[in-house]
Amino acid sequence: MSSDNHHSALTELGTELLEQSDVKVTRCYQCGKCTAGCPLALEMDYPPSMVMRMLQTGNPALEEKVLRSFTIWVCLTCEMCFARCPMSIDIPKMMDQLRQKALLEKKVNRKAKEIIAFHKSFLDSIRYTGRLYEIGLFVDYKARTLKILDDMALAPAMLKRGKLNIFPEMIKDRSGIASIFRKTSKKHKD
Amino acid sequence: MTLGFYPGCSLKGSSREYAESVLAVAKAFDIAIEEIQDWNCCGATAAHNMNRELSLALPARILSLAEKQGLSEIVVPCAACYSRLTVTQHELAADQTLKARISEVNGMEYKGSVTILNIIQMLDKYITPRLEGKVVKPFNKKVACYYGCLLVRPHEILKFDREEDPQSMDELMLKAGATPIDWAFKTECCGAGLSVSRTHSVGKLSGLIVGDAKDRGAEAIIVACPMCHSNLDMRRKEINEYLGEKVDIPVLYVTQALGLAIGLDKKELGLNRHFVKVTV
Repeated sequence: MSSDNHHSALTELGTELLEQSDVKVTRCYQCGKCTAGCPLALEMDYPPSMVMRMLQTGNPALEEKVLRSFTIWVCLTCEMCFARCPMSIDIPKMMDQLRQKALLEKKVNRKAKEIIAFHKSFLDSIRYTGRLYEIGLFVDYKARTLKILDDMALAPAMLKRGKLNIFPEMIKDRSGIASIFRKTSKKHKD
Repeated sequence: MTLGFYPGCSLKGSSREYAESVLAVAKAFDIAIEEIQDWNCCGATAAHNMNRELSLALPARILSLAEKQGLSEIVVPCAACYSRLTVTQHELAADQTLKARISEVNGMEYKGSVTILNIIQMLDKYITPRLEGKVVKPFNKKVACYYGCLLVRPHEILKFDREEDPQSMDELMLKAGATPIDWAFKTECCGAGLSVSRTHSVGKLSGLIVGDAKDRGAEAIIVACPMCHSNLDMRRKEINEYLGEKVDIPVLYVTQALGLAIGLDKKELGLNRHFVKVTV
């Protein structure tokens, strides 16, 4: 790491990314392999290599743009960028950290509404039953997004093939799961 | 020895044929399998996108339950669950403070002593060495083995196969009588968890995968992940719309193809549950 010493000091966000996801943004030398391999780079507002560059500048306005970007939400965490990075920069882990910071600071990109609604519906199912209840997930997601008509043909076709449980599978230790959710909640301080 | 089993949520619902085929193949080789009792969801993409601590606590609870049940080795057929469990084990092993914190959150002791096997590792350890002579109906098809993302990446943590052009599933299918093809989309992402929230993106990514398999003459696509299967099979309408043609190449779990090769019944392997008809 001594070769990194000539770089300017990390910003607050840069330090957070180093501490929480072992990513030192200054190590990126902009080869662009992450962007070349990223399956959704074309759907992002800033492709992964540009996100790295924006963070490297330490410019607060650019850091803010990263936190408010659609990129961090549409990222699939497919791990291709990390696999191909010559500097072994764990971009997917960094994306997790950026997403959580954006949520915490209420800086979520508006286009990411549906993606986040899906995650929330998914987590709610686990919170209350311990497992994913797929019909509950669909219904909850539709209620959150008002995308009532999407995938309407899918559920009956899945039911016909025995691919959906009508009732949720409830685990016994639901209070234990509820407690895990409570203790890991960002609002919870202990 | 008893092999522990973590099915995960998909294998109890939309991908139950994966569980059916895993258990049918294990039974055919007299492998004792024991499900982890009262297991919970691993948290999947939702947890690690939204809350890191939760994304470690949920898999740690599963591993603690396995330890308590006396299981020293578990098979996790879902590639996404396999990834979450393995990453959690890796992160907690590297950070004792985090490990203590997660044990405290879960109210359960966590040792980190369980060996986690993905489906290919399980098959290679317990079945492949005994496969010769058992293949009564060779799976005589050109197959595109599709590994997806989370079975092979990140290599630093999973240490399984190669992250570009992996071979383990190809070798297994070769032994089952198939002809694995060379193709370009072995480890490209299908779109995974965006299936519901950004269906058109999934139609495109999965379309590229199915399109390449077709162009190179595949007669079946073989997978080892319920999300890959859901997207390539249940999203075939969107895939065909993207490709602008009707492609009817079936998608089989590796355990279904293997099950057929050793003479198991199509229904026992859940092949009747697919959207794209399996005519093999």
